[in-house]
Amino acid sequence: MDYFLQMKNVSKTFGEVAALHHVNLEVGSNEIVGLLGDNGAGKSTLVKIITGYHQPDPGGEMFLKGKKIDHLTVARARDLGIEVVYQERALADKQSLWRNIFMGRELSDGMGRLDLKTMREETRKLMHTLMGFTSSAITPESMVKTFSGGERQGVAITRALYFKAEMIILDEPTMGLSLSETKKCLDFVEGVKAAGKAAIFIDHNIFHVYPVADRIIVLDRGTVAGQFMKNELTLQELIDRLQHVAQTGHLDTKTKRRPAARKVTATHGRRKG
Amino acid sequence: MSQVQEAGRPLSPTAGRGRISAYLRAYPLQIGIVFVAIFIWLLFLIGSPRTFLTGNMYVAFMSTTPYFALIAIPLTLVVITGEIDLSFPSVMAFGMTAFDLVFTATQSVWLGFIACILAGIVAGLINGVIVTKIGIPSLVATIGTQFFWRGAVMVLTNGQGMGMTDVQSTFLLPLFVGKIGGLIPMQFIWTIIVAGIVWFFLNRHRFGAHVYLTGDNIDSARLMGVNVDRTKIISFAVVGAAAAFAGFVVSEDVLFFWPTLGDGYLLNTLASVFLGGTSVFGGTGTIFGTFVGCFIIGAIQGGIVAAGLTGYWTYVIYGLIIVASVALQTVVGRRLR
Repeated sequence: MDYFLQMKNVSKTFGEVAALHHVNLEVGSNEIVGLLGDNGAGKSTLVKIITGYHQPDPGGEMFLKGKKIDHLTVARARDLGIEVVYQERALADKQSLWRNIFMGRELSDGMGRLDLKTMREETRKLMHTLMGFTSSAITPESMVKTFSGGERQGVAITRALYFKAEMIILDEPTMGLSLSETKKCLDFVEGVKAAGKAAIFIDHNIFHVYPVADRIIVLDRGTVAGQFMKNELTLQELIDRLQHVAQTGHLDTKTKRRPAARKVTATHGRRKG
Repeated sequence: MSQVQEAGRPLSPTAGRGRISAYLRAYPLQIGIVFVAIFIWLLFLIGSPRTFLTGNMYVAFMSTTPYFALIAIPLTLVVITGEIDLSFPSVMAFGMTAFDLVFTATQSVWLGFIACILAGIVAGLINGVIVTKIGIPSLVATIGTQFFWRGAVMVLTNGQGMGMTDVQSTFLLPLFVGKIGGLIPMQFIWTIIVAGIVWFFLNRHRFGAHVYLTGDNIDSARLMGVNVDRTKIISFAVVGAAAAFAGFVVSEDVLFFWPTLGDGYLLNTLASVFLGGTSVFGGTGTIFGTFVGCFIIGAIQGGIVAAGLTGYWTYVIYGLIIVASVALQTVVGRRLR
C-alpha cells in the first residue's frame, strides 16, 4: 500500500491542554479516510498539523509520500498537494469571488504583479464547471458575502480542487448545508476517490461518513481510539461502537487493542482489502 | 472595469440597462465621495464666488493638503488590514530629528534626508512588530509609540528647532516643494505619484491582495497561507516612511523644523481616510477615496475662512460633513449589497 501521509507518535499540547497524544495515522494515496470524533476530540488540531498551521510537539514525525517532513508550513503543505476545505470555509466575505479562489496563491509574475485577466477568466470557467453556478447574478466580481451556504461550500471545494490536490481534507463539509447540497458534497468525495486521490473526511454525522469512506478512524480525547475498514462492520455496529467509545474512551474492534488506550493508540490494525 | 474589485462591491451583470448603472454599482464609494466633493465645492462657490473663482485658492489647496495627504494615502493600507496608526504625527518629527542629527554631524543634506526616511521606516517597523508579534491592539500600541517618539524628539533636540536654509542650496528643495511654472506645487505632484504607487501595490500586486484578505478575515487568510504578520508590518513601515517624508516636505516648505512638527495632523489625516470610504473594520477601502477625502478636508479648512466664517466654524462643519458622509456611505453600501 502506498501511503500519501503517515504520522507517527504525533502529540500537540497548547499550554496545559493536551489536544493530541501520540497519534499514529496513515492515509493511502487513493483512500478515503473518515475521521469521526466528538467535539474536542482533536480533529481540527490534527487537520491543522497536517496542513502546517500548527507544528507538532517534538518527538512526532510526519511523512508525505514516504519522505520525512520537518517544519511544515501552510504554503509548503499546499505545494506538496494537501488542500483543505475548512469547517468555516475560510473565505473572505467582502472580497470578490476570484480573490477568494486565488486566496494566498494569487497568480502573479516574478515581481508580484497580479495577473488579473487570467484569474478572472479561470474563475469564470470554474463557475460553470466545478462550482456549477447557474445563477446569472453571480460573476467573478461578486462579493462572497452574498452567496448561500451551498455556494460558499462550492467555492471552498473548487478552490481545493483547482490547485491539483493529491489529498483533500474536508473538515465538517456538510455543516449548514441543505439536503441537496450535502448530496453534492458527498458526490464530490466519491469523485476524489474516482480521480485516484486521497481524502480525509471529517464529520459528526456518521450517516455522511460511512457511505463514502474506505476506512474509519475514531478519535477520542486526543487519541486514536480505534480504526477499521468499512467492510468489517455495518452501520449499526459502528453506531454501537461509537456509543461504547463515548463511555469508555476506546473502541472494541477485532484489531489489536492495548489496555492503556488513553496513552497508546491502536493502529496498524488495518487489513488489506 | 479595471478598478471593479477595489470597491469590493458586486458588479451587476444586468448592466444591459446601461454603463452608468454598472459603474454606479461597481464604484459606489468612489462616486459617493466625488458627489460629496462637488457638493462642498458648490457650497463654497456660492458662499464666496470671488475666492473660489480664482486660481490662488486652488494653489493654496495644492500646497497644504499634501502635508497630510502624503500620510493618509499609505495609512489607508494599515486601516484596510484592520489596524490603525496614531503615532505618525510624532514620526514626522522623529524623522526630522534624524535629519537634524545626521546633518549636523555630516553637513550632508542628502545623508540627512536618507536618515530621515530610514528613521520613519524603523518607527513603522517597531509599530508593526509590537502589534503583530506581541499582540497589542494597534490603537493602544501606537498611542504608546506616539508619546515615545515625541519624547525622543524632545530629548534629542533639547526642544530646539532647526533652520532649514541649508536645504535651499540643494536639489531637494525644488524637487519636493518647488513650483512648476511658478504655480503648481511639487508636493502636489508627489502626492499624485505616491497615490499612484500605493494604488498599484494595493490593486495590482500580491501585497495588496494580502492587505485586503488580512483585513477581511485574518483567520481565513492565515489558513490559506497568507503571511498576515508580514503584511501588517510592511503596511506600518510604509506609513512610517511616508510620515517621515511628509515631515521633511513640511519642514522644507516652511524652512524650519519645529520639534512640535506633526501636532494637529492626527485627526485631519484619519478623517480623510474614513471620509474616503475606508472601513474601520478592515477589508475594504480605496486609494481614490482617500485622495478625494484629503482634498475635501483641505478645502473645508481653507474654504470656511474664505467664505467669511470665522475659524471657529471649521470644526462644526468638519464634524457635520464627516458624520453625514460616512453615514451616507453606510446607507448606500447597505442598499447596494
